[in-house]
Amino acid sequence: MGQQHDAYFVPTKSFWPFVAAAVMFTTMFGAAHWLNAEPGDSGFGRTVLAVGAIGVLGMFFGWFRSVINESLSGRYNSQVDTSFRMGMMWFIFSEVMFFGAFFGALFYIRMFSVPWLGGEGHGALTHQFLWSNYAASWGADGGNGPAHVGGSFSTVAAWGLPLLNTLILLSSSVTVTIAHHALRAGHRGKILVFLGMTVLLGALFLNFQAHEYIEAYRELNLTLHSGVYGATFFLLTGFHGLHVTLGTIMLSVIWFRVLKGHFSKEHHFGFEAVAWYWHFVDVVWLCLFMFVYIL
Amino acid sequence: MSHAAIHDQHDDHHGAPKGFFQRWCMSTNHKDIGTLYLIFALTMFFIGGSFAMVIRAELFKPGLQLVQPYFFNEMTTLHALVMIFGAIMPAFVGLGNWMIPLMIGAPDMALPRMNNLSFWILPFAFVLLLSTLFLPGGGPAGGWTMYPPLALQSGSLAYVVFAIHLMGISSIMGAINIIATILNMRAPGMDLLKMPVFVWSWLITAFLLIAVMPVLAGAVTMLLTDKYFGTSFFNPGGGGDPVLYQHIFWFFGHPEVYIMILPAFGIISEVIPTFARKPIFGYKAMVFAIASIAFLSFIVWAHHMFAVGLPLGADIFFMYATMLIAVPTGVKVFNWVSTMWGGSMTFETPMLFAIAFVILFTIGGFSGLMLALVPADFQYQDSYFVVAHFHYVLVTGALFAIISATYYWLPKWTGRMYNEFWGKVHFWNSVVWVNVLFFPMHFLGLAGMPRRIPDYNVAFANFNMISSIGGFLFGASQLIFLGVLIHCVFFSKKKAGERAWEGAKGLEWTVPSPAPHHTFDVPPIIHDEELAHGNVNA
Repeated sequence: MGQQHDAYFVPTKSFWPFVAAAVMFTTMFGAAHWLNAEPGDSGFGRTVLAVGAIGVLGMFFGWFRSVINESLSGRYNSQVDTSFRMGMMWFIFSEVMFFGAFFGALFYIRMFSVPWLGGEGHGALTHQFLWSNYAASWGADGGNGPAHVGGSFSTVAAWGLPLLNTLILLSSSVTVTIAHHALRAGHRGKILVFLGMTVLLGALFLNFQAHEYIEAYRELNLTLHSGVYGATFFLLTGFHGLHVTLGTIMLSVIWFRVLKGHFSKEHHFGFEAVAWYWHFVDVVWLCLFMFVYIL
Repeated sequence: MSHAAIHDQHDDHHGAPKGFFQRWCMSTNHKDIGTLYLIFALTMFFIGGSFAMVIRAELFKPGLQLVQPYFFNEMTTLHALVMIFGAIMPAFVGLGNWMIPLMIGAPDMALPRMNNLSFWILPFAFVLLLSTLFLPGGGPAGGWTMYPPLALQSGSLAYVVFAIHLMGISSIMGAINIIATILNMRAPGMDLLKMPVFVWSWLITAFLLIAVMPVLAGAVTMLLTDKYFGTSFFNPGGGGDPVLYQHIFWFFGHPEVYIMILPAFGIISEVIPTFARKPIFGYKAMVFAIASIAFLSFIVWAHHMFAVGLPLGADIFFMYATMLIAVPTGVKVFNWVSTMWGGSMTFETPMLFAIAFVILFTIGGFSGLMLALVPADFQYQDSYFVVAHFHYVLVTGALFAIISATYYWLPKWTGRMYNEFWGKVHFWNSVVWVNVLFFPMHFLGLAGMPRRIPDYNVAFANFNMISSIGGFLFGASQLIFLGVLIHCVFFSKKKAGERAWEGAKGLEWTVPSPAPHHTFDVPPIIHDEELAHGNVNA
């Protein structure tokens, strides 16, 4: 039969969802136990966390392998493809909202809470009676609040590594798009080259990000403890970094799948999903570069 | 091959798989997963209900009677978390799972395995949440909203945060699945504006879920890092602000309120036309009203925070925006009433619960309007008036709709009719005692009794005692519900036909009762006259 969906497709039973729920629980339980560990704890929580995390990796591997095999056997019709596409789009939307919470926090703190602590608007009394010495500002001088939580620190200069990282991520978006066009034209060699470049650029980004963190901790005294500046800086860039890591892993998987000839000109949802994700991560970085580093 | 759904395994063509683990833990069947959701929700309803019984028992008389204050606070916190995330939301997802594919002529949900994952995360998440009761530090006791700095003092915060992450992942996946199902799996001819209102309400609810559950995840993640990793999001000394948490939380929290009521609107819009034997009045207005309410839900969050010290302009904006919601909600209430007007009404149990919903939810809406007024809210804030308000919209609103839906579709699920007499006994007991339970709370709140306290001034003694009596009897009435359900599922002799209710319209009533394990293997031919809203354009 062709790819018309004059009949519906319902996938076979699978134990992966149940396994997924169980290993997610194991990971979370281990993490919670670990965070609450008293000094001299046996390390039970950490062990459970490790077991859960390995389980999650194994689950992803197993579940995706079974889906890839089903896809290769030609059982998925165009309706299934559309469902997958919608699933990925809405997943990315949920990720947008997740970052939205942290950007919202950043904007609120910069627009309202820090100026109020400095006596602006209805914060006048708080300022006068609690912290009359505090001159509200963002960045190195006031970003860790009136109590100077974490001690004085310097900020990361926007026009050094962050600019380089911006250029790297932007180029990686170009290379992944070239790879996509090559896929549609059926040039496998070209896909492998440009997709490979995308993976390398992603890895390079992460490498520079790691350098930046090390420098922030060792030389700038900019840490998670550096008041709300450090908190927003590390949580925003940290969650973004996690997403780049995930995206790089996904791109590598796709690279191997291209090598094995999994994709055709018409059928390459896996590739496109990862490409969308990569562009999403790129856009988040542009917002970060603008609002965390430059402004 | 072209005229049957392509199932990978042969036995799928015939019926449910045999093994228990295979059928229930490996399922890709929307009916089985829907059943799991509903059983889970019912279980959580009784667990959360037992917490409420502890609360009402303690409040029966002034003074500390039965439990320690800390345990009382654990009960109020967990009662809310269990009822919201464990009972109401999974019940709606279960109803959506069962009914949406049947209502739009789809063979199953769009992503059946993810559907199974969405469900199975929940029992694990609640094990994580409820296990905190047995931990050395005790469970969460700072209220379900988890405001810092109080929430940061709780030793079990990590467990609660991770449990909420799991519930959020489950809700997001469930919502993605519902959107993909509705947009991609409708039978040919099932146009968007021919869909049942219940399906519309779930489409919009799913959008809200995907938009706000990640925001909650962000908020609790900040709590987690503030407590365990030394960040200062909510610490003014470090430049943060505890009020920031409230903003982020209620940006999630207010749409969440509508997540718990929009599917209820959908249910009521199915039940009332059936028993009034008239099409719903103003179908398109109903759909647009749901969409407007959903939109407004994003710009009213700070009405939960009027007394926190917002700038005056913010208070005023959020007051007006909140009162705007009364317009689309009023449209819905008037349309339900107009649907009944001149209809040939009969009063079976689902219809009784639906009518009670319309009246009692409207009372909850009115008290909501009172709370929306900033000057008045300064008085009502954090009093039992608020407790009365949200229990009217959630118990006589969301919960009554779920009970109505259960009675309405039970014949379709089981192939048997429930016992109408005992259904009515359940209804009358519920509707009387729920008012005895919650109505006096309005007076208590207006007189100044604060919420979330185990002890109170003797001046409040009488109404609290009345309320507690109502509470115990309302709780006991739900055992009748359990009895009716068990009788219907296992013992009832009365068979239900395809169209279990005389006036029922829609695709779900064209398949046999009980609905076979697989329905609509082939896209059905849609006849507009079979649909509840087939002729909207006529």
